[in-house]
Amino acid sequence: MQAEYAVIGGGVVGLSVAWGLLTRGRRVVVIDGGDGDYRASRGNFGLVWVQSKGLTEPRYARWTQRSAAAWADFATELGEATGDDLALRQEGGYDLHLDEAALEAKRRAYTRLQEQLGGDYPFEVLGHNALRREEPEIGPRVVGGILHRQDGHVNPLKLLRALAADVRRRGAEVVNGETVTMVDRPAAGFRLTLASGGQVEADRVVLAAGLGAAALGPELGFRAPLRPQRGQVLITEKLPKLINRPSGLIRQVDEGGVQLGDSKEEVGFDDRTTLTTTAAIAANAVATYPRLAQAQVVRAWASLRVMSPDGLPIYQRSPTLPGACLVTCHSGVTLAAAHARFLPDWLEETAASPDLEAFGEHRFSRAPA
Amino acid sequence: MNTAFLELQPEAKRVTVTLDGAPLTLPEGANLAAALLAAGVSVFRATPVSGAPRGPFCMMGSCFDCLVEIDGITRQACLSEVEAGLAVVRPRGPCRG
Repeated sequence: MQAEYAVIGGGVVGLSVAWGLLTRGRRVVVIDGGDGDYRASRGNFGLVWVQSKGLTEPRYARWTQRSAAAWADFATELGEATGDDLALRQEGGYDLHLDEAALEAKRRAYTRLQEQLGGDYPFEVLGHNALRREEPEIGPRVVGGILHRQDGHVNPLKLLRALAADVRRRGAEVVNGETVTMVDRPAAGFRLTLASGGQVEADRVVLAAGLGAAALGPELGFRAPLRPQRGQVLITEKLPKLINRPSGLIRQVDEGGVQLGDSKEEVGFDDRTTLTTTAAIAANAVATYPRLAQAQVVRAWASLRVMSPDGLPIYQRSPTLPGACLVTCHSGVTLAAAHARFLPDWLEETAASPDLEAFGEHRFSRAPA
Repeated sequence: MNTAFLELQPEAKRVTVTLDGAPLTLPEGANLAAALLAAGVSVFRATPVSGAPRGPFCMMGSCFDCLVEIDGITRQACLSEVEAGLAVVRPRGPCRG
């Protein structure tokens, strides 16, 4: 039986889309890469994050908010289906500052976006003392922070595992350790040729292969101007409760470890950690939560973000091969609920399709090659 | 002391350490986890999230279940040595300070 959809990419993005299509009764095959590939879904930070997204593109902020609002229901359904508690907490999150001017600049940018969103952008600026009431362990150098009520976090590895298990339970075929090397159209549908020599046929194709989409995209008629951006992450030993809400830089995970991150490095396809960057991350974390100076770091890793030129997602129907769509973004965890719940309407072109015009590739037409 | 563990070198020179402030004499230079087990200590800590009791399991640095605090820093007891004056504290789980 031929699949209706072949989803190229078995990370959080591809699996979320596949899961959403399966809930609509579609027959889906997922083609996943191998462990030697760059796998952002295994190295990310785990935020379900609204603040700071779309500061110059309110439609991205809205899409993010829509996903964040759909996350609780999505996590509950996925959790009940698999028995996994995804440890979703959406009780707000911080942007913490050691510098008064940087905090003020953020406040102004958020205020502007709040007006563009008609007021739906619930944040407040907390000075040091107000912040200390929320986070007693905060250090004296933290001048304050922004608490955004729509932010949260999740266990991203449990999300990946639950999605991988549940798409199978719902009947998807998942092919692992493969790379799609060629796509052609023998008749109405698509035929994908795999590196192993195997072939997969489907009526439609969703390209959600992260950084791999940059190579395969042009074959399907996409520009796919994606580049890697390295992020380094540290995690401490499991600690008693130290931190109540996550920030973009520091969060205490459900299992007790404190995870530190948020470096951004343009170093190409290099996912090694460096002493300089991990030391800077640790120093910033200790300035923010001084008790972390006593904590043991048990692991550090680097992972490559999937970045478009403007940092926004790309949702694009192929101009040359009708039935092929490109779905790619940096925030696959935050947008997982939107990809599972709303993107199928766009793929299926139903009346309920979200307006994703802002995220098409036309916006790159004047970008330097 | 009631223990299932035998000391391999009962004649070794003994030194005084403290465990949660109480003095304990252990063989100098011995593996700290092994020495504590031989001294009848079986629960090394309570876990930070659920408070469940834990003690040495793998004895080779992998399982992280023998964690204790030495000078305020978490250490694997099975990768530490007994020395005179060592102040060992057993992590008390989520209720700690």
